[in-house]
This record gives sequence, structure tokens and C-alpha cells, in this order.
Amino acid sequence: MDSPTTYFHWGFIVISLPNVLVIAGMIVLFAIALVAPFPRGGEGHDGRR
Amino acid sequence: MDAAKPPVAVDEPDSWTLRVRQAIEKNLPMDNFLPHRQPFYVGSWVYVFGVITIAALVWVVVSGVVLAFMGPQWWHDSGVGRFFNSLHFWSVQLFFIFMVLHLWGQYFMAGWRNGRAATWAIGVVIFGVSILTAFTGYLSQQNFDSQFIAVNAKDAMNAGGVGAFFNVLNFGQMYGLHIMLLPIGVTILVVWHIVMVRARGVVKPIDPEGGIRS
Repeated sequence: MDSPTTYFHWGFIVISLPNVLVIAGMIVLFAIALVAPFPRGGEGHDGRR
Repeated sequence: MDAAKPPVAVDEPDSWTLRVRQAIEKNLPMDNFLPHRQPFYVGSWVYVFGVITIAALVWVVVSGVVLAFMGPQWWHDSGVGRFFNSLHFWSVQLFFIFMVLHLWGQYFMAGWRNGRAATWAIGVVIFGVSILTAFTGYLSQQNFDSQFIAVNAKDAMNAGGVGAFFNVLNFGQMYGLHIMLLPIGVTILVVWHIVMVRARGVVKPIDPEGGIRS
């Protein structure tokens, strides 16, 4: 726990492994939100839910 | 003449309360302010990110109030205190994660269209003020971590020319900003943001064939 984490050096970008994991997780979550079916209730005559 | 009807005043007196009420009725009718149905295109998980951000902010404020009441010794030395300390920290992480996901969603659907530029701009300001609030929070931890951050950040603040009135080594100033002025600022801006979203409704999707649906 007290040891320093792994850092990536990609050109001018220096980023820690935990931050890479958080950003990757956010991208995955965003992609899931785009394609995952959303539970729909009954629609009214005007197309509103 | 119908006796049941009250007499109608021909000349309304000039009144600021009347003008405010008429402005609210015109710009934010109750059907918009508290809608019970949404357009069909709102049925997507992308629209949930903003709501989760607000939910996280509620937990941030609630846990922050408890921490402010109990103090640093409590949040460092007791089990319940460390729990609330962690609750505050992790709800802030969720607040930022879902705020950025909400930002991505609004960016790709061009959420500033059709008179919503001010709503987008207020969101940008919320993002900035939130970063400042989180920064002062890291400086208010009362541990070696906060001392390390303060000592290293002071040079950046001085180089930026703000060190004279924003002194990161001054715990009282950072703590006061963190638990009073900045949270009030974030909360007011978030309420303003939500009211503007309600006033204009959720932005319509971009037409896949080009142009904007009206």
C-alpha cells in the first residue's frame, strides 16, 4: 500500500496506472450507456414517456 | 354581471413581485419545472449521468456536514469518522466521474443547441468551481498528505499570481473556502443549471440525415 504505483510515460504524457484504469472504466461505461437497452414505460399518444 | 367573479383591476400597480411572477410564469411554467413525462429520446442511459452526478453531490454535502460538525480528530481517529471521511472522498470521486461522463454525453449531442448555450456555460463553470472545491478539500484533510500538497502547490499559486489572496499554506482560509463559500457556489450553480434545463427541456437529438430536428 505504501509503495509508489506504476507510471506510464507516453511521450509528453505521464499518467499513473490507477488514473489509466479510471479513464478506461469511464470510456467503457459511456459505451455501455450508449448501447444498453433502457427500460421503457408506456408511451403516450404524443410519443412522450 | 356575474357576481361570482372577482372584479378585474384594469391598471395593475407597478410591482417587482408582479414582474418576477410574470417572468417565472413565462419562462418556467410548472409543467416544465416539474414534468411527469419526457420525450421518447430521453429513454437512454446517457441521460442518467447528470442525475447520478446530483445524487453524488447530495452525498458529498451530507457527509461533509457531518465531518464539519465532528472535526479532524474524529474523522482521523475513530472508525465511524474514517467511514464518513471515506464516504465524503468516494462520493466526490463519483461526482467527478459522472460529471465528466455527463459532459461527454452533452458534448457529443451538442447540448448547447437551440438557446441552451448558457446552460452549457454554467456547466463549464460548475466543473471549474468543483475542481477548486476538491483542491481545497485535499488541503483540509489535516494530515501529511494535505501538508505535502500545500507545500508543493504554493509555488504554482505564487507563479500564477494568486498566492497573495489564495494562500494554500493558510489552513483556515482553505478550510473556510472548502466548507462554506465554494460548496454554496457549487450548489447555487447546480440549481441554476437544473432550472435552465427544465425551462428549455432536454435538447433534441441531432438528425442522422443532417440538420437539426425542430
